[in-house]
Amino acid sequence: MASSVAPLALSASAAAIRENPKRIGVGKRGGNLFFKGKAFGRVSLAVAVNVSRFESVTMAPPDPILGVSEAFKADTSDVKLNLGVGAYRTEELQPYVLNVVRKAENLMLERGENKEYLPIEGLAAFNKVTADLLFGANNPVIQQGRVATVQSLSGTGSLRLAAAFIQRYFPDAKVLISSPTWGNHKNIFNDARVPWSEYRYYDPRTVGLDFDGMLADIKAAPDGSFVLLHGCAHNPTGIDPTPEQWNKIADVIQEKNHIPFFDVAYQGFASGSLDTDAYSVRLFVERGLELLVAQSYSKNLGLYAERIGAINVVCSSSDAAARVKSQLKRLARPMYSNPPVHGARIVANVVGDPTLFNEWKQEMELMAGRIKNVRQRLFDYLSQKDKSGKDWSFILKQIGMFSFTGLNKAQSDHMTNKWRVYMTKDGRISLAGLSLSNCEYLADAIMDSFHNVS
Amino acid sequence: MEEANVHDEGCRSAERRLSTLGRHLSGQSPSSAASRASLMASENPNGAIAPSPTAGFYGGSVFAHVVKAPEDPILGVTVAYNKDPSPVKVNLGVGAYRTEEGKPLVLNVVRRAEQMLVNDPSRVKEYLPITGLADFNKLSAKLIFGSDSPAIQENRVATVQCLSGTGSLRVGSEFLARHYSERTIYIPQPTWGNHPKVFTLAGLSVKTYRYYDPATRGLNFQGLLEDLSSAPSGAIVLLHACAHNPTGVDPTLDQWEQIRQLMRSKGLLPFFDSAYQGFASGSLDADAQSVRIFVADGGECLTAQSYAKNMGLYGERVGALSIVCSSADVAVRVESQLKLVIRPMYSNPPIHGASIVATILKDRALFHEWTIELKAMADRIISMRQLLFDALRARGTPGDWSHIIKQIGMFTFTGLNREQVAFMTQEYHIYMTSDGRISMAGLSSKTVPHLADAIHAAVTRMS
Repeated sequence: MASSVAPLALSASAAAIRENPKRIGVGKRGGNLFFKGKAFGRVSLAVAVNVSRFESVTMAPPDPILGVSEAFKADTSDVKLNLGVGAYRTEELQPYVLNVVRKAENLMLERGENKEYLPIEGLAAFNKVTADLLFGANNPVIQQGRVATVQSLSGTGSLRLAAAFIQRYFPDAKVLISSPTWGNHKNIFNDARVPWSEYRYYDPRTVGLDFDGMLADIKAAPDGSFVLLHGCAHNPTGIDPTPEQWNKIADVIQEKNHIPFFDVAYQGFASGSLDTDAYSVRLFVERGLELLVAQSYSKNLGLYAERIGAINVVCSSSDAAARVKSQLKRLARPMYSNPPVHGARIVANVVGDPTLFNEWKQEMELMAGRIKNVRQRLFDYLSQKDKSGKDWSFILKQIGMFSFTGLNKAQSDHMTNKWRVYMTKDGRISLAGLSLSNCEYLADAIMDSFHNVS
Repeated sequence: MEEANVHDEGCRSAERRLSTLGRHLSGQSPSSAASRASLMASENPNGAIAPSPTAGFYGGSVFAHVVKAPEDPILGVTVAYNKDPSPVKVNLGVGAYRTEEGKPLVLNVVRRAEQMLVNDPSRVKEYLPITGLADFNKLSAKLIFGSDSPAIQENRVATVQCLSGTGSLRVGSEFLARHYSERTIYIPQPTWGNHPKVFTLAGLSVKTYRYYDPATRGLNFQGLLEDLSSAPSGAIVLLHACAHNPTGVDPTLDQWEQIRQLMRSKGLLPFFDSAYQGFASGSLDADAQSVRIFVADGGECLTAQSYAKNMGLYGERVGALSIVCSSADVAVRVESQLKLVIRPMYSNPPIHGASIVATILKDRALFHEWTIELKAMADRIISMRQLLFDALRARGTPGDWSHIIKQIGMFTFTGLNREQVAFMTQEYHIYMTSDGRISMAGLSSKTVPHLADAIHAAVTRMS
């Protein structure tokens, strides 16, 4: 069978190459390989079999964030720290599945629910508790049916769906993103073909917020731009605006008719309180602004791999919300048809049940508490050991899973190469991956990299 | 008013929004909603416009120009069905298996696998790699290509876990749109309603090739060969691996071989949609033959695989995209680029369904049980086909209904037209897609007579 088939494939490919070498991806690799004179006759047959239509596909670089964990795994050293991806670890540096999640899964198993397709917009019970959680169940926007909520694939999926919506319905608008921001934001908007520009955010001199720069850049953007804001626990810096600053940001956004676009990946995880962490979103809603919120349960419910989140669009009327929801569905259908049911049911069971909900709040306080303790310990070691007089208090002021150390790329590389501390090149460390017992080691690594490498 | 403050703020911002909206829309032909909105702004330059819930289009909303999308035609059938209070209603719309009792089915092996997973205290919910669960990927490739496939043994297959069939098709076509020299994909006429949307949004342009012959209610093989022959060299061709959706009409193995030879001689790139492996004939290997003869000739192809039907994992969204490449080196590079498509779409795929699949595929006893449950589902559908055919013959319904037993898989393309379908929904509460497709999986021996009555009435009273 193979022998009778092969000549057909060979002669066809060889003929195609002779006719049109560029088509078969001779491209960058090997240049005019197939036209090296005397080798041609011998080479063409042998190579034709192996000529791929994808020959010119180049090797993509590893993901800057997820690639860190891959590199960490490959490292065989005894002492190594993974402070790359933002996934919570216990003090024993083990992944953590919340008790409420285990309970919910057992309940689901007992009930023996079916695995039918969800509607395109996801599980209704999930959508309801999710909007309630974010805005507060008594919020007028919820009472008036003005929120379009669509279950999506965690934060990334929610952002991508929103980006596709922006591209289709606001083709002239751009998105303003903070400098710096989560590494994947730019990729999402690029792939969705939504133009973006940056607003100043991080001030390296203070290792704090460049508030004046932020306001100026938001003011300077064309009216009606989308402004991507981190609801709480800014990623990667850990630096959040104060309530007063949030108010001023809302003022500027209102003046310019911008549309706020919140990324809420850490509600409850930042301060330990769900309501406190929703302050910024609720403030903007109270102002009567229409806005978007991409929400994720990856961190606060530890449901990373279940890919569970939602895109919420607050509109000025229930009619607008219904129309917006219908169009979000129209974008989801050709992407994945309908979202996965498992994570949605877990959330609906936990957030929708008063007992489990309270238990969840306690577990969340513990997680957020552990991270605050680790921050404190790291700060203590740095201030004790570092005699240079450098002010390390930014570690305590920052909030959430991450700390922006202020280390540059070379220094971050040094952290990895010498100290086997795996982190992202922008100087971000995930405190969720740090144990109290490792704080001293990390303090030594940071001091060494900061002072001895430029 | 209770919400006065909200409204006051809303009014002022609404005013500003309307004028901004007006500026945005100048130079474009405004939708009727938007033009109404800007009219309002000019009529009331100083007045406030309250965005009250009943204001709808006239409210000050940046979304004023967003119109209501129609319900998805396939999923919309179930929406309509659910609204119908009639006790004799039958849902033959979406392709989801139903038992003889008309209930959804979760396979025993799936429940067992799930039990094992949930009860395992060492299991965690950490992010999967971008490419998904490694075991799942390897096992899925083996399932479709055969465990002895040289392509697998030579490491020439790049497999990534995706969100069921839809997700695999979308990721595959985004990859092709970026990295492949030809941007046109040929899809059979007709095909699953979501296909053209997936490919278009991914950046491919869509053309069709003749497939269904309404005269014979079978395959228009000549037309298919002619259209593929005239396709430009290198073009992508979508092929349903088995149980064509919506027609249920599949090429014979001989015809597949001819298709293969033609496609390879023209350098056309096959993109298989395999959503029914094992579900069509009851045999996993038989249903994979079309894919396997292509892979056996050493050429390249893409395959989108879904476990929605054959493992009943619909809502878990489990599937895989495999790209068979001509060398291991190319496969490695292709996989790395697939990651760049996936990361900005949803970062990494959901773990639950893939874990269930992997648990079943890697365990001999579970795998064997699965094949038995799978065959039972396929057999029940085949028996429904026979029942319906017999019922129509018994009623003397005009026409040749043998296509019902010749077609294969979950769906039957009845040949009924839109008017007849609408009539059946109206008078007999039969819910199906307007192209005349019925999901055999939604039938039972109790409901077949009612359907036969409906078809008989539709055919005799309307043509």
